[in-house]
Amino acid sequence: MRVSGNPGSAEDDACREAEIIARILAGERELFHLLIQPYEKKLYFAAFSLLRNAEDAEDAVQEAVLKAYKALPSFRSESKLSTWLASIVLNEAKGRLRHARILAFDSIDQSPDPDEDFTPAVIADWRQVPLEALERKELRELIQEAIATLPEIYRDVFVLRDVQELSITQTADALEISEGLVKVRLLRARLMMQKCLAPKLRSERGGLFGFLRKGVGASWF
Amino acid sequence: MVLNCKHVWREISNYIEGTVDPDLRAAIETHLAHCRHCAAVLDSTRNILVLVADDRTFELPVGYSDRLHTKLAEMIESSPPGT
Repeated sequence: MRVSGNPGSAEDDACREAEIIARILAGERELFHLLIQPYEKKLYFAAFSLLRNAEDAEDAVQEAVLKAYKALPSFRSESKLSTWLASIVLNEAKGRLRHARILAFDSIDQSPDPDEDFTPAVIADWRQVPLEALERKELRELIQEAIATLPEIYRDVFVLRDVQELSITQTADALEISEGLVKVRLLRARLMMQKCLAPKLRSERGGLFGFLRKGVGASWF
Repeated sequence: MVLNCKHVWREISNYIEGTVDPDLRAAIETHLAHCRHCAAVLDSTRNILVLVADDRTFELPVGYSDRLHTKLAEMIESSPPGT
C-alpha cells in the first residue's frame, strides 16, 4: 500500500488525499483505511463529546466511516476531507442523540438569550496550563461534562473548532452556517466553558488541583 | 480606543483566534496590561482550550482502531464505494 507524497503542509495533505481518493475510486479500495487513519482519533473525540458514552461514540464513528466510504464518489475535492468527515460524524452522533431523546433536555428554550450579556468567571490568577493534571480522571470528566452541558448550537461549533480543531471556515462549512455565526457562537461557547470550568479548576481550598499546589509547591492558578 | 471589560470579553474569542484588527488588538492589550481580572479571564479561557484540544482529555477505548478497520475491511471486501 504505497502512496507517493509525504505529510506536510495542508496543501500537500490535500493533494495526497485527492490522489488516494482517485485511486480508491479506480479500484484500490483498501486505501480507504489509509485515508481515514489521520482522522479517526479526533472523530472519536467529537462523537464522544456529544454522546458521552464510549460504546455509543465508537458505534457512531464506525457507522459514519462506513457512510463516508459509501458516499466517497460524492466527495468534492474543493471541500476538505476533514470537514466532510467531521460533518458526517457530527450528523451521525446527533441522530443518535435525537433517537435517545436526549435532546428533549436540550431545547432551544434553554439556550441563552442571544442578546444576553455574558459575564465570565472572574478569577484572580491563572498562569500555567496544568497538562499533567489531565492524567487525573476527575479533570477529564469535568471537561467532558462541561462540553456536554453546552446548548446544542454552541456545543456543535465548540466541538468542531476546539475539540476537533477544524478552522473557522471548515466549521462553518460542516455546519452550513456563516463564518460570522460560527464566531458569535464560539465566543459564547468559550465563555460558557470558562465560566463553568475556571472556578472549579482553581480552588483556593485545595479543590481539584490542591494536590498540585501542595505537591510541587507552586501556584498553578 | 479605550475599552471597558465587557468590550474585551466580547472580543476575547476573536483575540484568541488572532482575527481582530491591529488597532483593536492594541486597545485590548492596553486594557489587559492594566486589568488583572480580564487578563485572568483571557488566560483561563485560553488554557481551557489547550486542555480541551489535548488528546489526553478523551481516552480512546482499547482496540478502537482495530475494530474500526475490521468493520471497514468487511465493507470494502463486500462492495465498492458508491454502492
